[in-house]
Amino acid sequence: MSNVSVDTNDSSNNDNQPQDNPRRRFLTVATSVVGAAGVVGVAVPFIGSWSPSERAKAAGADVQIDIGKIQPGQMIRVIWRSKPVWVVRRTPELLASLAKHEDILKDPDSEQEQQPAFAKNRYRSLKEEYLILVGICTHLGCSPQHLTDGAFAEYVEGVDEGFFCPCHGSKFDMAGRVFDGVPAPLNLVVPPYQYVDDNTVIIGSEAEGAA
Amino acid sequence: MFKGLLDWIEYRIPMMRVANMHAIQYPAPKNMNFWYIFGFLATIVLINQIVTGVWLTMNFVPSSEGAFASVEYIMRDVPYGDVLRYMHSTGASAFFIVVYLHMFRGMMYGSYQKPRELLWLFGMFIYLALMAEAFMGYVLPWGQMSYWGAQVIVSLFSAIPVIGPDLVEWIQGDYVISGATLNRFFALHVIALPLVIVILVFLHIVALHEVGSNNPDGVEVKRKKGSLTEDQKTKFEMHEYYTKKYDIIDDVVPFFPHIVLKDMVAFAAFLFIFCYIMFFAPGMGGYFLEHPNFEIANPLKTPEHIFPVWYFTPFYAILKAVPDKLLGVIAMFAAIVALFLLPWIDRGKVKSWRYRCGLHRWNLLVFAAVFIFLGYLGGTPQENWKIIASRIATIMYFGFFVLMFIYSRNENTKPVPERITK
Repeated sequence: MSNVSVDTNDSSNNDNQPQDNPRRRFLTVATSVVGAAGVVGVAVPFIGSWSPSERAKAAGADVQIDIGKIQPGQMIRVIWRSKPVWVVRRTPELLASLAKHEDILKDPDSEQEQQPAFAKNRYRSLKEEYLILVGICTHLGCSPQHLTDGAFAEYVEGVDEGFFCPCHGSKFDMAGRVFDGVPAPLNLVVPPYQYVDDNTVIIGSEAEGAA
Repeated sequence: MFKGLLDWIEYRIPMMRVANMHAIQYPAPKNMNFWYIFGFLATIVLINQIVTGVWLTMNFVPSSEGAFASVEYIMRDVPYGDVLRYMHSTGASAFFIVVYLHMFRGMMYGSYQKPRELLWLFGMFIYLALMAEAFMGYVLPWGQMSYWGAQVIVSLFSAIPVIGPDLVEWIQGDYVISGATLNRFFALHVIALPLVIVILVFLHIVALHEVGSNNPDGVEVKRKKGSLTEDQKTKFEMHEYYTKKYDIIDDVVPFFPHIVLKDMVAFAAFLFIFCYIMFFAPGMGGYFLEHPNFEIANPLKTPEHIFPVWYFTPFYAILKAVPDKLLGVIAMFAAIVALFLLPWIDRGKVKSWRYRCGLHRWNLLVFAAVFIFLGYLGGTPQENWKIIASRIATIMYFGFFVLMFIYSRNENTKPVPERITK
């Protein structure tokens, strides 16, 4: 406290108005600082109030799904945190084809942090057979379409199956990896998930100590 | 009796003084033409939006469960609900039409140049607030385009490095666009932003009356005190606030009745067009009200094509033209920032394009054409040729500002007349 008043004393030597200037300046600075702190304090509830509510957080809890009934080649959609999550049971032929077009992918090795560490592989999954993705385009949040039986080849020559975003034409392969020359910058997001047993997956959290 | 009442009021609040100063004895250049009606029309539309908005609020339910149904209820069951809603939705598009024409007028006649920089800035802030207002209003009916349009616009912020994803969650109030987002957009749309817009319009008009209206010749009508002979000064009685500070040249008319009556004619013509659209084509073929928005929002199903409403499509085309997400967002915002900076990008001293070089006139006309073309590209389905076209158009959009910055320094202008020409 005494330091502050000494400082203001020095800087206002030239003022010779009929006031106690150092004292006045100290009061001005002190009220301004306290007032600014008050403004910051009162801003907290207003800004904080925009964060997700407890109800929204609860609705964002983990989801358990049964994958036992999915046929090879079939895709199911579930909702996690109000987002579409796709589960695709990939056929061995499809898994084999994933290596063939890696030269036209933006990020074939999943270098970007779009997946939990366990999915940083060619198949972008924990078990190769099951692909689990958040079905929202990484460009501007649309939900891409799953094109099968050669319908995708219309967009990418030689690739029979993939995801095509109708909004701005982004294209992804059957591991959710984005193709070159489209607006989407990143591969589709792999959510955190874990297997409880062979037929049951929990989406939203990873197993303890999963690598 | 009546005079006594007026005097009683005037003694306590300067009602007549303000009316005289700003609406009656305000010196307006006598050559204000067709292009000078849009400020007045924008005010009319603003009033229309506020009044119809208040009435719509009486029946609208701001929740993700109730919003879509309440809009249907307004359309089908509320007496005159459809009329009120179409007045509001047609008004939104009309607002942008008159504002775009108002801005183009300012660009033609150099109304942003010194000393009207701040006037232009207030106008640009109104435009910005208006875009936020329109965007949030479009989310409220909670149709498919409301939802997916909001999804696209809000996720623009995710392109910001580091804080992007958290910022998006904070704006949405949820992990996705949800009822929480709808409710806060409702609060901003009906309370916060209208207040901001009304305050900005007030400041815009105060700033205008302080520096005075520009005109198609770009000749200042307010001259230095003592520089004019009695003969050259206006014969009309102008408010002493202006005559005390300046000599006002004999090229002005008082705002009332001359300009007010001209605006009334424009208002009548405007109403013909407005009412025709409102009653016979409120959707305007899917441009004012987009077809997918007649279906309730579905987070699991993206509409086949997502477009913003027509007034945003030029900027949307710029966003899509850039192959990189972050750079695309930057380019889109830069397109608006460039307009803000116009008073400093244009280094010319001559205001009106009547007396500027031919290149300037072409530059401005091409810019207007490019803006409309970008609007077309951003509002129609993606095709291969359009990617190239939108890239060229984006470069031309920014080229307008770059060119202007270069040629306006040493521009080959025509002599500006001493007095307003006709």
